[in-house]
Amino acid sequence: MNLKPSTLQAIDEVITHYPEKRSATLPLLHLIQEDIGHIPDEAIPWIATKLGLQPINVYEVITFYPMFRRKPIGRRHIKVCRTLSCALLGGYKTCAAFEQEFNTQLGEVSPDGEVTVEFVECLASCGTAPVVLIDDDLHEKVDVAKAKQLSAQIKAEAAQRR
Amino acid sequence: MPAPAQTRIIFQHIDEPGYTNDLACYVRNGGYEVLKKAVTRKPEELIDEVKKSGLRGRGGAGFPCGVKWGLVDRKSGKPIYLIVNADESEPGTFKDRYIIHQDPHQLIEGTMISCFANNVKQAYIYIRGEFPHGAKILEKAIAEARAANLVGPNILGTTYNCEIYVHRGAGAYICGEETGLIESLEGKRANPRIKPPYFPAVLGLYQCPTIVNNVETLCHVKYIAQHGGEAFAKIGTPGNTGTRVFCVSGHVQRPGYYEFPAGTITLGQLLNEVCGGPLPGRKLKAVIPGGSSAKILRFGERFKGKRKVGAEMVDYDWGVEDVPMDFDSLGMIGTMGGSGGVIVMDDSVNMVEALANINAFYSHESCGQCTPCREGSLWMKKITTRMVHGEARNEDAALLKSVADQIPGRTICAFGEACSWPTQSFIAKFGDEFKQYPETKKTAKPAGAAALI
Repeated sequence: MNLKPSTLQAIDEVITHYPEKRSATLPLLHLIQEDIGHIPDEAIPWIATKLGLQPINVYEVITFYPMFRRKPIGRRHIKVCRTLSCALLGGYKTCAAFEQEFNTQLGEVSPDGEVTVEFVECLASCGTAPVVLIDDDLHEKVDVAKAKQLSAQIKAEAAQRR
Repeated sequence: MPAPAQTRIIFQHIDEPGYTNDLACYVRNGGYEVLKKAVTRKPEELIDEVKKSGLRGRGGAGFPCGVKWGLVDRKSGKPIYLIVNADESEPGTFKDRYIIHQDPHQLIEGTMISCFANNVKQAYIYIRGEFPHGAKILEKAIAEARAANLVGPNILGTTYNCEIYVHRGAGAYICGEETGLIESLEGKRANPRIKPPYFPAVLGLYQCPTIVNNVETLCHVKYIAQHGGEAFAKIGTPGNTGTRVFCVSGHVQRPGYYEFPAGTITLGQLLNEVCGGPLPGRKLKAVIPGGSSAKILRFGERFKGKRKVGAEMVDYDWGVEDVPMDFDSLGMIGTMGGSGGVIVMDDSVNMVEALANINAFYSHESCGQCTPCREGSLWMKKITTRMVHGEARNEDAALLKSVADQIPGRTICAFGEACSWPTQSFIAKFGDEFKQYPETKKTAKPAGAAALI
């Protein structure tokens, strides 16, 4: 597995946080996903060896937690909150607007490779509904107009790169 | 009666212009002075102050914090762990987010005081995966505190050592359940443990005695260490001491977070005065007062009974608006104060659709180890989704109720109750709407009604 030296260093450091190595399973999965973008097959035995576990112990953790993904996603990850407070203020419309703007469907990589749109459960910012997490950044009160504006920004950044 | 003024203890500096989340700003505002004094006191004294304060946990169950600490097995010879439950995930709840992002040192100071009081040498902050910035802010704050000798070995020149690490979750609601959280911190699926024997106070993290406290609870501990348990108990009402942060969301003019002495504000004052009432042209229809699993209240219903005021029993006859916002009053009327998340729905909302939204949440979040919950939450979701998007039948309400009634009390953790209470209460309070739904579907939706499923 081709991990950055900084990731390998962070992995060795985080293992020291726990009296039992197994506790580092989630931190290692986060670090690998941040480095590679998803959890590739070879990461499972690699983590197992690193932490003295069986591969199944790692695999069962990956399949339990919604944030770990086995496949690459678009360049940007758009997570729209689906839960009640956001839905009451139009979260379903917001989500549909992102799908439409990028001509994509939930969980898929958009045709231009720029985004993956997901509908996720409560992001704990119900007072500023509807909310959207784009990569690590929270966006508040995202109605359809704001969703279009955010989409335009992402597209403009993509155009600049090309 | 007008609503009382906010009393901001925990949220004192939230949204304060110029207040930043670094150590220097915290210290400028008197930060860590309480910890400095606390480490010169006897740990038992600090535990006594928390017991005297009557502080009840702010995560949802409202369990007295001092009692929780009193249950810790201190004779086993094993290390005692403290875990900060920062897995804020109950829909409608968003208070810990602001403490973590804007005032992280308040949490770290409260955590260190609690660790010192309980002879804890290792604490973990379990923060939900969806707070990536929050995790980085906490890590930076801990590093600052460590550099200033406030966390780590021999803090403040004493012989006391305590380390704090941040541990990130990965999107699973069940990690807010304390034994599920412990499993997750051990690197496993977050399947809650059965109690007995696995009470965290005795057999918690790595089978060692463990305290799991909510973010807000630990911030209150800091206040208690500073002002004393008696002073804290004077805020609020007997049995519901201190302040509460209410998180209001949904159909009101000014949603947000508001901190009041517990039990001194009614639900009506909170929604109508503090939050500005319903949106223009709308009427309030229903409210969930303590996070999405709390039983729903219907505007217009009345609650009658006897309650204790001081030493006397007095009659009460309340509408939804009259209910004082505290654990005991909300418990008396058949719902709960829970996590303080108040979700408001107006007359544009159809209750079948709102329940379908909630059921989709609980079905997604069931850990799956107990059959009644795994299957029950799934079927409640399937039935309500079908009612909205497929065929709705007259008998669906009875079917839903029969599924919901078979879950609580038959599962390892309280998720069984959490996932069935919405269905049970929606049908009890809005049964007509469920029976009429096949007809309602044929008519146009009210203008402005949002899709909920």
